Amino acid sequence: MKRFAAMFTRLDQTNSTKAKTEALADYFRDATEADKLWCIALLSGRRPRRTITTTKLREWAAERAGIPLWLFEACYPVVGDLSETIALVLPPNTRDAELSLAEWIARLRALDAEDEEARKTAILDAWDSLGPVERFVFNKLLTGGWRMGVSQKLMTRALAQATGIDEAELTHRLMGDWTPDSVTWQTLIEAPDPTADLSRPYPFYLAYQLEDAPEDLGDVSDWLAERKWDGIRGQVILRGGAHWLWSRGEDLMTDRFPELARLRDFIPEGTVIDGEVLAWDAEAARPLPFARLQPRIGRKTVPKKLLKEAPVIVMAYDLLEWGGEDWRDRPLSERRAQLETLASDLPEGAPLRLSPSVEADTWAELTEARSISREIGAEGLMLKRRAAPYLAGRKKGDWWKWKVDPLTIDAVMIYAQAGSGRRATLYTDFTFAVWDGDALVPFTKAYSGLTDAEFRKITAWVRKNTTDRFGPVRAVKPHHVFEIAFEGIQESPRHKSGVALRFPRMARWRQDKPVSEANTLDDLKAMLAQYG
Amino acid sequence: MVLEFTEAGIYCPAGDAYIDPWRPVERALITHGHSDHARWGHRAYLATEAAAPVIRHRLGDIRLQTTPYGEVHRIGDANISFHPAGHVPGSAQIRVEVGGEVWVASGDYKVVDDGLSEPFEPVRCDTFITESTFGLPIYTWTPQDVLAEELNQWWADSAAQGKRAVLGVYALGKAQRILRLLDPSIGPILTHGAVEAVTQVLRDQGLSLPDTVQIRAETDLKAYPGAMVLAPPSALGTHWMRKLGPVSTGFASGWMRLRGVRRRRAADRGFIVSDHADWDGLNTAIAETGASRVYVTHGYTAQFSRWLSDQGYEAGIVETEYGGETLDDAEPEGTPDER
Repeated sequence: MKRFAAMFTRLDQTNSTKAKTEALADYFRDATEADKLWCIALLSGRRPRRTITTTKLREWAAERAGIPLWLFEACYPVVGDLSETIALVLPPNTRDAELSLAEWIARLRALDAEDEEARKTAILDAWDSLGPVERFVFNKLLTGGWRMGVSQKLMTRALAQATGIDEAELTHRLMGDWTPDSVTWQTLIEAPDPTADLSRPYPFYLAYQLEDAPEDLGDVSDWLAERKWDGIRGQVILRGGAHWLWSRGEDLMTDRFPELARLRDFIPEGTVIDGEVLAWDAEAARPLPFARLQPRIGRKTVPKKLLKEAPVIVMAYDLLEWGGEDWRDRPLSERRAQLETLASDLPEGAPLRLSPSVEADTWAELTEARSISREIGAEGLMLKRRAAPYLAGRKKGDWWKWKVDPLTIDAVMIYAQAGSGRRATLYTDFTFAVWDGDALVPFTKAYSGLTDAEFRKITAWVRKNTTDRFGPVRAVKPHHVFEIAFEGIQESPRHKSGVALRFPRMARWRQDKPVSEANTLDDLKAMLAQYG
Repeated sequence: MVLEFTEAGIYCPAGDAYIDPWRPVERALITHGHSDHARWGHRAYLATEAAAPVIRHRLGDIRLQTTPYGEVHRIGDANISFHPAGHVPGSAQIRVEVGGEVWVASGDYKVVDDGLSEPFEPVRCDTFITESTFGLPIYTWTPQDVLAEELNQWWADSAAQGKRAVLGVYALGKAQRILRLLDPSIGPILTHGAVEAVTQVLRDQGLSLPDTVQIRAETDLKAYPGAMVLAPPSALGTHWMRKLGPVSTGFASGWMRLRGVRRRRAADRGFIVSDHADWDGLNTAIAETGASRVYVTHGYTAQFSRWLSDQGYEAGIVETEYGGETLDDAEPEGTPDER
């Protein structure tokens, strides 16, 4: 654990990607295989199962710290992280334990079989035998949340440095449904068996936002344009008589979308398709608003009613495997042609459709086509180079997302709340309102879009202009106008204003505008009528 | 009431004087020279002898009377005296006694001896006015010897990697406290003008501080490889840093106790040190006053006063315009006109 904590400290003490990669690579060179495997598991979101509730951890930590529980709870929002809060309130350790990361995890898992008293003894004992950083890391293992400022990409690069194995190849090996119990360092990293895990997805290719003029991309005929759909990116795998659906975050979503099981009847084994999971209005032949898909994301099992209200399809846009063969190195034009054949063989009403291409002879025509995106339930266009292979991860050059400009509205800030974690000492979470006659009606929250300097400025202002407090929320004088940008607008009975925004953020601080010139609820309703 | 809380500041009606007022008043009793406590525009000032040079440096030509610690001044019907607060050199708690009742306004304070400021002295009182900048049990400070080791190790490591170690510190107090902890055998110590100015004022009043070199436009930085650079927090990440070449950056502040803050500031290192009392410090200080009533000013006022109530004190919150310790505002170092 000391070795792991030392590596964590190195990561935490630098902002340089290079230094972080080196710290991790060093760890992968000299840690034990069991520890390395757990390190990879933790950094790729594979956590040990939680054995102790956070409620108990809070109680025990407060008790050991000699403070009332309410005071512990008051600390938590300031720190913004439970593991850290516990580590900070506890008195310094009096002993020193010499267990490795894997040994600590084994010990924690063994607590599963123990009663509460034994668990408490074990945890208090652990807290008392771990130094400050180790204690924080240990709490992270306990609570299951694990973010160390290290992306999976960075971890994979470090692993590539330490092992000499190609990074893209490692990215693929690390995907799928493995746990540190189901694999070893040898079978996962050193000498993998490709047939061992039929469910293993390919790394997703991710596009960058197009910032420059599309003309800079060259000849329009080199590019395939499609609608940019607003659903959940997913990879459908059909292998060995079974099927799987993976999210971009490597969540296995198969059971949440049971209607996709029918695909096994139509599509041969050895096929992997990249596409967008959309709630679909079959009659109108267009996607339902994202808000309709949302209730289906969180659910492990789906009630019949929901299946009927928000049936999903996969809007297919790429073919990664065909006939059991990895097609990612073939050009998009070839993959697309095969995908079109595949899609055209499907019966009417199959839960997979081909994402249609948007045909155009000039960039001007595409620009025109893009402008109607919102009306047809899309976010803009995707541009993909016809000659390009399917790459792993976010890479510049061959795939671009070309979104429509966001909708905007000028709103008045009325409540402020401090952020958490990194932003715990700043007021960053604001509630905004529009005019309804003489009253200000709240309609959205927004957290992002301002610079740190602007957040500091507004924080100082909030402190001096608080009119009321509701727990952590401060009501402030209606004084500041912000331009709120958002991607979509939906009717919502849950909100006082009757609308819900998609991806709201602060586009600009309109210090030039008095509050009287902010927009009105009628303006919002007009937007709802047009785009909702 | 011996002291009242008004729009202009903490007011003593018996002596017609204000403690650290934030609006212009006739008579101001100043606890220390930080800009949220010593403001410009009052008609008359009273502060300790040791605090006076910095206050003069910052506020210019003001009517400032000075006092040694412990000397009792009869002002109107009030007996007023200044006692060490341990916050920065010259800082004071102000004791006000009217008709046998004693109140103490502590300004900013810390109870550990920083080796530079006059150590905090508990003053018995009926009512104690305390800050609560770090009034939560998550705040405990690194012991000073460990801190010195961490700082010098970082400096030596940075120098070995061909980098300058740039540390963001308050110009008054923190900078000089850190200066005392640095090991000059590692390399030269460079300063931002804001830090140098206050350091020189304190040197001139007799504090022993290691040699420093102010970075000026014409300074040849090549002559100072492996240097430690002390600068106000607000200078880090600005244009000013560019000429320093490869750097490792750090902040020295109580807020560095929180990982989230360290990350938000995007510095390489965070050193946990403050001139304000930590959780244990606040509780110790309050207990030692023997006060039965405690007013909580800036900081985690709601949480801290509830905790004090739990402990049996009669506790209340007072809204002030004191800033406590902040990483976000520079200490204004200019002349009064620039502020």
